[in-house]
Amino acid sequence: MRFIFDKNTWQEIFGSISKNKVRTVITVVGVLWGIFIYIALSGAAKGMDNGFESIFETIAKNSMFVWSQSTSMPYAGYKTGRQIQLKLSDAEMMENRIPELQYIAPRNVKGFFGSSPPIIGRKNKTGSYPLFGDFPAFTKIAPKKIYDGGRFINDEDIAEARKVAVIGERTQKELFDKEENPIGGYLKIDDVYFQVVGVHKFDQSGGFGGDGDIFIPFTTFRKLYNTGDNVGWFSIAAYDDVDVVKVEENIKNLLKNLHQVHPDDDRAFGSFNLGEQFNKIKGFANGITFLSLVVGIATILAGVIGIGNILLISVKERTKELGVRRALGATPAEVRNQIILESVFLTMIAGVMGIILGAATLSLINKMTENIDFPYTNPTVPIPYVIGALVIMVVLGTLIGLIPAQRAVSIKPIDALREE
Amino acid sequence: MIEIKDLHKSYQMGSNSLHVLKGLNFSIDEGELVAIMGSSGSGKSTLLNILGMLDEADTGEYTLDGVPIKNLNETKAAKYRNKFLGFVFQSFNLINYKTAMENVALPLYYQRVARKEREEKALKYLQQVGLKEWATHLPSELSGGQKQRVAIARAMAAEPKVLLADEPTGALDSKTSYEVMDLIQKINDQGNTILVVTHEEDIAHMCKRIVHLKDGVIVEDKKVEQVRASQYV
Repeated sequence: MRFIFDKNTWQEIFGSISKNKVRTVITVVGVLWGIFIYIALSGAAKGMDNGFESIFETIAKNSMFVWSQSTSMPYAGYKTGRQIQLKLSDAEMMENRIPELQYIAPRNVKGFFGSSPPIIGRKNKTGSYPLFGDFPAFTKIAPKKIYDGGRFINDEDIAEARKVAVIGERTQKELFDKEENPIGGYLKIDDVYFQVVGVHKFDQSGGFGGDGDIFIPFTTFRKLYNTGDNVGWFSIAAYDDVDVVKVEENIKNLLKNLHQVHPDDDRAFGSFNLGEQFNKIKGFANGITFLSLVVGIATILAGVIGIGNILLISVKERTKELGVRRALGATPAEVRNQIILESVFLTMIAGVMGIILGAATLSLINKMTENIDFPYTNPTVPIPYVIGALVIMVVLGTLIGLIPAQRAVSIKPIDALREE
Repeated sequence: MIEIKDLHKSYQMGSNSLHVLKGLNFSIDEGELVAIMGSSGSGKSTLLNILGMLDEADTGEYTLDGVPIKNLNETKAAKYRNKFLGFVFQSFNLINYKTAMENVALPLYYQRVARKEREEKALKYLQQVGLKEWATHLPSELSGGQKQRVAIARAMAAEPKVLLADEPTGALDSKTSYEVMDLIQKINDQGNTILVVTHEEDIAHMCKRIVHLKDGVIVEDKKVEQVRASQYV
């Protein structure tokens, strides 16, 4: 191994490489292209992965909605087609019976799912916006960004059934003047005055909900519309590491039990499992990452084989030179090592250049997609991938260099010199 | 310096065996300038290749500077070549992407001489062959005679025991040939042992001894009055 650290060896290799410029450039381009594809692809895949991640960032990844419908099977003396009504007590039962649940937020709404919206008025302006009755836990499941100075509904609001409201950006724009601070201001919801305590920022990537939504305490909502213990639907978040499909099943089974629904009745409760959807997209992104790795490595392989090919030709071209070197006292090992080191050196140079070029391309794409709605954020290639690629290149460069190197030493110096 | 006894060499040509060297005996002392003459097919190049350890004899003994040369593997042969021998070829065999100086320094590289020392030595030998100003030129920028002088400088750079020259003037016109022979004579004057393979009578007579080969045997081995090449230059 001494020869690797010998300055003379490198001077000789550098000399041979730099004096055969065309060969060197052609050789380098192949591997450079390979590593460039590898870096660009896996970086882009990572960027897309991050992009999906940030879309779902605003909502708990293990969350789901559960609502009630009407039964499709007779059970326990009840006829088919009975409308099931979710109750506040269901939440307690779920909390007690299903330990995988992190948050449960019972919700009610007016002005959504077919119910007529309330009239919201302020001074001489009126409008209609969806009105939600909510618990503070809701923001843990679907985080809402509240503008400075404001807040979301808190526990005291619930306990005292305060008449406070969190309004949307659009509501603010339409009901309040431009210079006016809405916090502390009042608006009329179906003839009852509410004080505005917060304005939530509308997040387009959030997916659900709009920019006009108004949130009031669940308890206030129930008083206002006389809904009693009725619940429109549940927003539920499970802990991160649990199987959301299983949890969803458990929840439904519990609800069937509580509301005396046939265990096989799949129509009585509806649900939308965001966690499951998220996992699907995540799986898709993982697939793309894997694919990009495979394609990238295959391209590197092709490039390295190209290097081997060109070195093989160049060994043929340099037969005489190698014969002269051996006549002058180069041992077969020295000739072999030189060819292999040339191969590895070229591979490495090409690799490093490819990595730099790939990284530059990634950051360029990142700049270009910064302000458009496209799931692509912060495309990075993990360091282990880069190091892995370099290791692969060195190993392959050595292996592929062995072929021309072996050929170079298999020619007897006398035959090499005789060749014209 | 060189001692060979009953040297045989034959080549397999398909089913035929070609007996090229048929029992050669001779010895060369230090400081000699020997011409090996013969028409093509006489076995003179084969002899030189065996002396140069580029090829191996079938039977017979070969002693170089007291070292018996036998059972060589490639690595050992390379070491001996590097230590004992300097080669000059008919077609110069300079490495075309290396400058004159780098070419001359190459054998020193395989002796693991440090770069600086290599370059100093290379320049010294280039100066000896009168091409110091051409040190940074590539072979393609040199004339035939200059190339051969660079090749001689390269052969000398490793300070070998014996200089082996295979038709050193074969690719040169007669004026340049004499220049090269003048150089070889001067190197010989310094006490170096030199073997020149040639088929040209006038070149052979510029040596001090002529060994005549014919059909694989030595037919004549005589000392001659050396003709100095400098009178033609």
